[in-house]
Amino acid sequence: GLDIRTPLGVMFTILGLLLTGFGLLSDPAIYARSLGIHINLWWGLVLLAFGAVMLGLGWR
Amino acid sequence: MSVAALGPRRTRALPSTNKKGGLVHPSEIDWVIMGVYFAFVLGIGFTLRRYMKTSTDYFLSGRSIPAWVAGLAFLSANLGAQEVIGMAASGAKYGMATSHFYWVGAIPAMVFLGVFMMPFYYGSQARSVPEYLKMRFDEKTRGLNAISFATMTVFSSGVSMYAMGLLLNLLLGWDFDTSVWLSAAIVLGYILLGGLTSAIYNEVLQFFLIVAGFAPLVFLGLKDLGGWQGLTERLTHVATSQGFASRAWSSTWSQMGHAASNPMGVEWFGVVMGLGFVLSFGYWCTDFLVVQRAMAAHSMSAARRVPLIAAIPKMLFPFLVIVPGMIAIASSMQMGASGFALPHKADGTLNYDLSIPMMLSHYFPHGMLGLGLTALLASFMSGMAGNVTAFNTVWTYDIYQAYIHRGASDHHYLNMGRVATVFGIALSVAAAYVANHFNNIMDMLQLLFAFVNAPLFATFLLGMFWKRATGHGAFAGLLSGTAAAALHQALTLPRGSLVGIKGGWLAVLHLYPSEMAQNFWTAISAFTVCLTVTVGVSLVTRPRPEKELVGLVYSLTPRPSEAGRPWYARPAALGAAVLTVTLLLNFAFW
Repeated sequence: GLDIRTPLGVMFTILGLLLTGFGLLSDPAIYARSLGIHINLWWGLVLLAFGAVMLGLGWR
Repeated sequence: MSVAALGPRRTRALPSTNKKGGLVHPSEIDWVIMGVYFAFVLGIGFTLRRYMKTSTDYFLSGRSIPAWVAGLAFLSANLGAQEVIGMAASGAKYGMATSHFYWVGAIPAMVFLGVFMMPFYYGSQARSVPEYLKMRFDEKTRGLNAISFATMTVFSSGVSMYAMGLLLNLLLGWDFDTSVWLSAAIVLGYILLGGLTSAIYNEVLQFFLIVAGFAPLVFLGLKDLGGWQGLTERLTHVATSQGFASRAWSSTWSQMGHAASNPMGVEWFGVVMGLGFVLSFGYWCTDFLVVQRAMAAHSMSAARRVPLIAAIPKMLFPFLVIVPGMIAIASSMQMGASGFALPHKADGTLNYDLSIPMMLSHYFPHGMLGLGLTALLASFMSGMAGNVTAFNTVWTYDIYQAYIHRGASDHHYLNMGRVATVFGIALSVAAAYVANHFNNIMDMLQLLFAFVNAPLFATFLLGMFWKRATGHGAFAGLLSGTAAAALHQALTLPRGSLVGIKGGWLAVLHLYPSEMAQNFWTAISAFTVCLTVTVGVSLVTRPRPEKELVGLVYSLTPRPSEAGRPWYARPAALGAAVLTVTLLLNFAFW
């Protein structure tokens, strides 16, 4: 009665939005520890894309 | 208890109290990310609550789960504390050879389970592994397995809670009570509401979270050291500084000729027979915690593919959980650009157990830190939930229904399953406190469980593939195999250890180069004795009529047909592909 891809997609979309949003708004100085890579922004976009794909599969 | 747990006891290296606040200081965004995860975990439990109408729904997900979902849950249920923290620590301590726990100690057994054993587990309609033993052998063999398994799962869950309590105390400064009760409440919430389906769905969530939380860590760690080449160059220094050949930390087999030439202290035969055959087949093919996920699949074909689907990410997991440990030890010996190094323990040695927690703290900014901490918590909770769902099923079907209250309504057993979930969690919490106050007792219990587990695969192997095996033979074999494991431990000792829990309590007839080597040979001894005694006793006792063994024994059971399916949906072809890739990985890192 519940396709796991739907909650999986919603959760990763929310996590992706949180990370991407925080990545855009935060001071770039916080990325000194991640070797200068804006890891929140890039990984947030990856999670967002994964969440969207899962949501699509769950909806279908 | 997983095969991974057979390394040295992990939780000792974590300080037992930390009253000054943690090593990491999450910000609001980190707490929000953790909060989102916990909301989804409990939300899934609430959503599934209305579908729990029968005991089969609650204990076996109504046998309705797709193969890929059950496959990821099969893998995730094994991703407890020992896997994530312990394997990274082993990666630091032993290097790439730790991947033997995957490429030798897991994948072949998972393929064997899917191709050869699931037809009996699933086709017999047994509701649990102990129930299969009853159908194949007799009541006393089922009782022995059910009681030892139920006890073991509760203690394993307690040890997982205990390890999490110590880790959260160290990382976040939470006191032990808060960590244990909070994790217990969350696991209780979603298992009580949604049963096995809730556990399986959350294990899928946990699998993707663990990958999402740790993959960037490996990327950043490798980048810090100048890529894979930079890592192997530093590992050469790690190996030579400890008196080993230059490739001892970056190869899997090249130093396995002699126990003294590799940091694991084991030779190739011990790895192949002890780990690769006896221990891994004994765990992956007979432990109800993982087999239960495959039993929940929606068809025979799906059930057979569950362990094979799980084997695909499993073979890549060394890069996610072992490589961080290798990065940690390499950085500690020769720092990378960012200056990461492992902390030291009180005795001056490096604290390998903190490889992943310290890397999270060092490389991740706020935001990613929340994701990494969530992944760590998810791994602990998936291990706990797996134990609790296996416990409530075995308790209800194999102990309560078999010996305490037969013939009640299905609704009664559904309610008993919920009650068993509550007291299973309560016993786990009690076990966590016992571990916290009497660590030696837990070590002794884990040792006892290892003795009970070691001969198990011989019993199943003969039961499924030799129609002459009898219940008396199986029972005598299990008892004598357990006794042989205890006797082997009592007469041997790892080099440099004191007589006591490590062995030698009767006499020291043989010294092993390492504790791991002793574990592997204890398992080989138990398996050999169990096999021999089972065959011997079976030959002098009366076997069951062949018509009662149809569907339970290989030679008397029609082969499931997979004709007309694409190759990747046929268990034999998929299993062969998985084994081929695993073999290539062994050669690539030889």
